[in-house]
Amino acid sequence: MKVTLELNGASSTLEVSPWKRLLDVLREDLRLTGTKEGCGEGECGACTVMLDGEAVNSCLVAIGQCDGRTVTTVEGLARGDVLHAVQRALLACGGAQCGICTPGIAVCAAHVVDHGLVVNVDDATARARIRELLAGNICRCTGYQLIVDAIVTAAREVAAAPAAKGERP
Amino acid sequence: MDRPGLVTPVGASVPRVDGVAKVTGRAQYLDDLEAPGVWHGATVRSQLAHGVLEAIELDPAFDWSQVVVATAADIPGENMIRLIEDDQPALVAIGRQVMHVDEAIAVVAAPTRALAFAAARAVRPKIRPLPAVLTIDDSLARTQPLFGTDNIFKQFLIRKGHVSDAELEAVFASAAQVIDGSYSTSPQEQMYIEPQAMMGRWDGERCHLVGSMQCPYYVHKAMKAFLGCDADAVVITQSVTGGGFGGKEEYPSMLAAHVATVAKKAGRPVKMVYDRDEDIAATTKRHPSRTRHRLAVDAAGELVAMDIDVVMDGGAYLTLSPVVLSRGVLHAAGPYRCPIVRVRGRVVATNYPPHGAFRGFGAPQTTFAYERQIEKLAVARGEHPLALRKRLALRAGDTTATGQLLGISVGTDEVIAAIEQVAGTSPAHDGIAANGAPIRRGRGYVFYFHGAGFTGSGEQRLAGRATVAAIADGTFEVRSSSTDIGQGSITMFTQIAAAALGVALGQVIVIDPSTAEVPDSGPTVASRTCMVVGSVVDHAARAVRAKLLAWGKDHGVAGPLPELARAYVAAAGELAETITYEPPPGIAWDDATYTGAAYPVFGWAACLVDVAVDLDTYEVTIERCVQAVDVGKAINPMIVKGQIEGGTLQALGWAVLENVTYKDGRVANASMTNCIVPTFADAPELETILIEVPYPFGPSGAKGVGEIPMDGPAAAVANAVQDALGCAFDHLPISPEVIAASRSAWRLA
Repeated sequence: MKVTLELNGASSTLEVSPWKRLLDVLREDLRLTGTKEGCGEGECGACTVMLDGEAVNSCLVAIGQCDGRTVTTVEGLARGDVLHAVQRALLACGGAQCGICTPGIAVCAAHVVDHGLVVNVDDATARARIRELLAGNICRCTGYQLIVDAIVTAAREVAAAPAAKGERP
Repeated sequence: MDRPGLVTPVGASVPRVDGVAKVTGRAQYLDDLEAPGVWHGATVRSQLAHGVLEAIELDPAFDWSQVVVATAADIPGENMIRLIEDDQPALVAIGRQVMHVDEAIAVVAAPTRALAFAAARAVRPKIRPLPAVLTIDDSLARTQPLFGTDNIFKQFLIRKGHVSDAELEAVFASAAQVIDGSYSTSPQEQMYIEPQAMMGRWDGERCHLVGSMQCPYYVHKAMKAFLGCDADAVVITQSVTGGGFGGKEEYPSMLAAHVATVAKKAGRPVKMVYDRDEDIAATTKRHPSRTRHRLAVDAAGELVAMDIDVVMDGGAYLTLSPVVLSRGVLHAAGPYRCPIVRVRGRVVATNYPPHGAFRGFGAPQTTFAYERQIEKLAVARGEHPLALRKRLALRAGDTTATGQLLGISVGTDEVIAAIEQVAGTSPAHDGIAANGAPIRRGRGYVFYFHGAGFTGSGEQRLAGRATVAAIADGTFEVRSSSTDIGQGSITMFTQIAAAALGVALGQVIVIDPSTAEVPDSGPTVASRTCMVVGSVVDHAARAVRAKLLAWGKDHGVAGPLPELARAYVAAAGELAETITYEPPPGIAWDDATYTGAAYPVFGWAACLVDVAVDLDTYEVTIERCVQAVDVGKAINPMIVKGQIEGGTLQALGWAVLENVTYKDGRVANASMTNCIVPTFADAPELETILIEVPYPFGPSGAKGVGEIPMDGPAAAVANAVQDALGCAFDHLPISPEVIAASRSAWRLA
């Protein structure tokens, strides 16, 4: 079938089997390999992308479900060479190690930060809230501590200066 | 942070060099790489744990026109994965024994991954079943002959302070108190998020293999034998690797063998990426173990004797089991003063997929046992558990179980003091959870150590080499086979080399490990990359700097080092200094008696864990975890902290929720849905205290850090649950089912 996506801010139309996984369309048809496959069954979150503003596991979404919808992948977070606040914070705080889970975490965390899902960043409950919101993304390297630090840092930055977020106009 | 001309001191928490590529998704892992005309590979595996392969049949209903099938008959050289003993075949040949479920029997390649996996399912091995050996007891009773005459892959005996068993028993007979316990630990899956992956192509008679791996030269050694070729005829290159934790130490040689064989037969490149379920089912796990540990104590509460018997399940082939057992027995007596020690260790053959390397490498299993024993001694004596550990701990001037005299970089007092300082009062035993459930809280402590680098004379035999070179554009290359698997070695080498050269970080490039480009600096294992290879890089960089300065002086060329380098290379060609590792002086180890200096130095650590046990659901929640770790010197404290926290959470996961279960020799939970690891929501806030008691032979004082955080926390959790519920927990994992079954033993007063 013919599928049109609003992908990372640009319209993209392709002819593809409706049963193909969104993950495979991104990686194989569109060569956007930033989205990773860790388990293929929706457990690890390495393939997380935003679909109409909701974080989804792209290994569990058929491309036939995506026609006319908006998809944001890790490649869509930065604006040119300017990294999203979450990407900068992951770098500065040591939130990426082997990096294979990082794209999924960056996409999910950018959504959390851009939409102000963590209120009262300096409140003790904020870190627990971040942990709940990111619970669908598994990282085996970091113990999560420095990733939570990074998301708090990015959320604080975006709250102070909303222009820091990477949302497209 | 990094400006030209500005030298960043070692010890600065600079962002990782490969960080931008990783946070933007631009880093190319194996599955992201393309090759023209590449096909996809899949593996045909045994469905039985033990038997004889009688035939390999192809389903006649399947369309084989687009599929290549390779079997043992297609192997170019010797059908084995060379490692320690050459007992593991790459593909079971017809007429030979199948030794475990999911053992590889054939490899297929096809234009698409889906077709390759479908084809693999349409290959039907015919196996005549034999009875399987699925317990340590059956192996020791030799219900089936699996290995040698006794099914024992390897055994060790360590004796300190006595010569005969009778002498040891006499000490136990006259002891004021004996603590006698039996402990067991479960298998653990590494669960790197990037599955095993490899791609191979043939260029005439030369084979190129690129893949996700820790040890390019292990794969190289295995492939030389497997392909029956010279060193130059096979090139191994590491791709960006999405986690290893030991799981990509030995196993990648298996994928390399399979990919090389089927790519040759197909006449085109072949990429093989494991499915997650296949990866969990077929690849290595942490060795399950059982340990009996007896502690003899005198009236004053001093340890007078220890007797430890460790048995590990090695699985179907020997692979790395002797070395895992070695590290297990060498850590089994713990960092405690004791004049008389006997440690016996055996690793046995069974019909499980081979167990292998996993962070800690045998030490977490024996650490669990000794730290439970020490806890029981504290409870029995009514002594504060941390105070007792402090009283009995090894310090400089003491000797270990192998008689190693401790001298330098012993961080005992520093790590214990750090925990004392932050501990605060224990939480009240009884409480109510946020959801209204009654909970019971407890606190646990551990104190432990981990030997850094290869055991005994391993580093001497290996003689790892690394190169620092000045190249034409005035930058400096670091060339080694040490791989960055997420632990940050690229950044660490960059910092060490830049500081030694006296140049900005951006002037140093750590090149991708490829056996065609880099010397063999050894495998990325054993907490050795920073301490051993880092020190070689440090020396090589200093040598390059000294040569450039001397040349500049002789030739009247002045200026910053990059300019000197440009001038030098223009005049005389590349300046490369290759240094071979030299172990520190005075390290003597006797492999025959297992005595002497087992490791050049140890890392030291203490850990505090607070738990809450839900008395309705029996779940254990880790509410607090503090680790104080003596790392010698943190080259990049942020990266070191991240590495310690990752290891800590793997240990906490092993303590309460990770497990691999088997049915008839097959992994019963081969999926991330039921083979669980901690999520963001499961993990506690982790507190990490870096202690730096310098090791003079490491770069800027650094020693090993990769494995130590894995060793201790599981016992700390068990000690905390014992403190909460008043009864012992001696088997991992401490699952809700285990807590429920212990109800009759609770003493909650």
